[in-house]
Amino acid sequence: MTDLLYRFRAIALAFLLIVATAIPAFAGPFEDAVAKFANDDFSDSDEAVGIIATSGNPQAFAVITALQEGRLSADPDSKKVYLTGTDGKVTDAATGEAVAEVPASAAAVRLNNRLRRNIESALGGLTLMSPDPAKRIASAQSVFKSHETAMLPVIEAALEKETNKSAKQAFTEARAAILLYKEDATEAEKIESIAIIKGRGDQDALALLTSLPADQTVGVARSAASAVTAINSRQTLWSIGQNAWYGLSLGSVLLLAAIGLAITFGVMGVINMAHGEMVMIGAYVTFVVQDVIRTSYPGLFDYSLLMAVPLAFIVAGLLGIVIERTIIRFLYGRPLETLLATWGLSLVLQQAVRTMFGPTNREVGNPSWMSGAFELGQLTITYNRLWILCFTLAVFAILLAMLRYTSIGLEMRAVTQNRRMAASMGIATSRVDALTFGLGSGIAGIAGVALSQIDNVSPNLGQSYIIDSFMVVVFGGVGNLWGTLVGAFSLGIANKFLEPVAGAVLGKIAILVLIILFIQKRPRGLFALKGRAIEA
Amino acid sequence: MTPHFLTRTLDRSATVFLLIVAAVGILIPLSNLLLPADSPLQVPTYLMALFGKYVCYAILALSIDLIWGYCGILSLGHGAFFALGGYAMGMYLMRQIGSRGVYGNPILPDFMVFLNYKALPWYWYGFDMFWFAAAMVLIAPGILAFVFGWLTFRSRVSGVYLSIITQAMTYALLLAFFRNDFGFGGNNGLTDFKDILGFNVQADGTRAALFALSCLALIIGFLVCRAIVTSKLGKVLIAIRDAESRTRFLGYRVESYKLFVFTLSACMAGVAGALYVPQVGIINPGEFAPANSIEAVIWVAVGGRGTLVGAALGAVVVNYAKTVFTSGALAPYWLFMLGALFILVTLLLPKGIIGTFNAWMEGRKARNTANADSAAAEDGVTKPHLAEKA
Repeated sequence: MTDLLYRFRAIALAFLLIVATAIPAFAGPFEDAVAKFANDDFSDSDEAVGIIATSGNPQAFAVITALQEGRLSADPDSKKVYLTGTDGKVTDAATGEAVAEVPASAAAVRLNNRLRRNIESALGGLTLMSPDPAKRIASAQSVFKSHETAMLPVIEAALEKETNKSAKQAFTEARAAILLYKEDATEAEKIESIAIIKGRGDQDALALLTSLPADQTVGVARSAASAVTAINSRQTLWSIGQNAWYGLSLGSVLLLAAIGLAITFGVMGVINMAHGEMVMIGAYVTFVVQDVIRTSYPGLFDYSLLMAVPLAFIVAGLLGIVIERTIIRFLYGRPLETLLATWGLSLVLQQAVRTMFGPTNREVGNPSWMSGAFELGQLTITYNRLWILCFTLAVFAILLAMLRYTSIGLEMRAVTQNRRMAASMGIATSRVDALTFGLGSGIAGIAGVALSQIDNVSPNLGQSYIIDSFMVVVFGGVGNLWGTLVGAFSLGIANKFLEPVAGAVLGKIAILVLIILFIQKRPRGLFALKGRAIEA
Repeated sequence: MTPHFLTRTLDRSATVFLLIVAAVGILIPLSNLLLPADSPLQVPTYLMALFGKYVCYAILALSIDLIWGYCGILSLGHGAFFALGGYAMGMYLMRQIGSRGVYGNPILPDFMVFLNYKALPWYWYGFDMFWFAAAMVLIAPGILAFVFGWLTFRSRVSGVYLSIITQAMTYALLLAFFRNDFGFGGNNGLTDFKDILGFNVQADGTRAALFALSCLALIIGFLVCRAIVTSKLGKVLIAIRDAESRTRFLGYRVESYKLFVFTLSACMAGVAGALYVPQVGIINPGEFAPANSIEAVIWVAVGGRGTLVGAALGAVVVNYAKTVFTSGALAPYWLFMLGALFILVTLLLPKGIIGTFNAWMEGRKARNTANADSAAAEDGVTKPHLAEKA
């Protein structure tokens, strides 16, 4: 019953719209309609709403919203209608001229339920005619989803007048959706509509096609089925693309957390369980930098990360050197003991940060150039993830170049390959050890700056990365940075492709099982060191 | 350090240890049950439950010492086996609640009713029978350890790689058990137990019996470990610890030895967990946290790895310290102390309490004999020397 009523109303409204658009020369219909509110009669008001909604007058929207919100008052004597704006300013509803105040004789225009409902649908129709193309597109989208047959004439009228390209497209699609569901549309019309909807190719289009009633002609049913298949395969492609992007993004985070570990564990053979805490300290350095900027130099906020990166590197790196000199140095050749001692260190560092900064999450903001997202087809790519990916690759490249082309890099590689030979060539191996550990820790600190942008900065930040980063290093192969790169991205992508199938937790468990099985085949990881180094 | 000397010392400390555990296991329950509540010698029930917890931890530490101290396998995931044993016992205790739960469902535990389970999941079948649950306490951790060990030892994953993988294993289980649809009570775990074998778990008598049983389990576990490490098998294990490749080249199937001892150790950890749950009254996924497993390793390190007695001692000492510190004004500093303990023990006391004590005793003995020897030798050596000079 309500449905019938609704349809009837919509048809009436559509009719009115057409009449209104067809006879634009009619003198002052808007002003006349507004004056009707002063009659204090529900059916007159109802009529007025219909006329105003279709008038195309720029005031129409404001008047009808005011009516809906009870801000419209009418003087029955002078037949004048006053509009009180949301800011309290009073205007003449018909002309839009400012008025000092609402006269005492005026009373608010009364509403009943029928009128309220009509106001709502009038507002829906109004946005189809809205001067703002974004609003027109939005209401066309809602028509596309509701595919109400009664809206067909309105849409067609709007389509005719439309000049904006994307709004035109939206109207065409909305029209196609209505035609597809219209019972008396011809087969040719329906098939053409299906082609248009197929061109749209998103989730809504798919929903529209799959929920088509069963009583269609063979041709329509067949083309609908083929359109569904086509959309489905396109959707699959897009979702593969989306998963690949998520995977790359996760991979970059893993890589960032694991590079430092690849140096300390891979190059030096030191298990640093406090590595995650170096990441955490880097994130807290970012917090402190932003805090200082916020209180003293708010204008520099966009540069906060640029300042935090070197600072985090220095703080974490120095801390790393101190740790190497005071603890790790005494434990070379005893990896299991190193593991335990650094675990203890991680507890101390966590608790120290908790004591200094409190146990709760600290707020680290995104600079303007890292917030927001853009659309690439059906992919949504956030700027912070994109920047982190670029940043990770840059850090990786710099590190690789450093190991390859600088003298300290050469010394590091020499010590890794043959410590005693390096020592007899005059390399101060213990100095190289300290610097290497400092470098690994410093890179962890940089990782903390990046991770502070996407994760909660709390004393537990490092803990959540440590197991994953070890997995990356073990999977990629110890002592090879390329292995870490490949390991991080393949684990990241595999994780994201398993997640929709198995769920986040089971996906993680599956990855773990896969790594254990993988180690069966290649016990030393993807890119294993060959020769004597493996015995170390 | 002659083997003969080592065995004899350990024998003596082993006897002392067994006597102490037996005395504690008998006297504490008796004092709790028989002495009047106002007697200064009466052990209150809450203390007995606390000590019971320590004894369970001591069994866990023993199982870690067996593989780490004697076979060089540093497992950072032994908490997982402990928790699995605990869950097996918890499932039995849950089924015993029957229709006395909040929702009064005779079959389904409360959390399943709450989560809209229609029927009992298949893996909950059989846990209404104690013998089945008791068997699962050994079988569940055993199978996991066997499969895990078979996969890792066969591909010669060892050292820190193994440690990291075991840590990842317990982490994965942690994530899995946190899930509600995994069927083990999710975040809240299993709790609100009513009775065990028909006895009320809250009653003093049951608690005393559980405490005595825990001590008995510690004694049996200790004897099993001692039997293994003093046998020829134990010698091979030590050989694997000290030179794995060499042992393999000598013709021993290293992975079989490791697999056996790893699985046995996991079963022991499972028993510890099963005794822990009724005394503590809850088991939840937090027990799978990697931090717990590493903490258990530090108990062994503090007491002295490779000494068995030290492992049990370390578990009790560290946990007692934890209880004292975390309940007082020093609570915020406990993690500092625990962390420092990790660092200082590995740096300064690598042999642990018992190991250092043994070494000191041995050094004193050696000095005594050396003094005697050199006194004897001086006569023998200096004379020809002098004679030569002359």
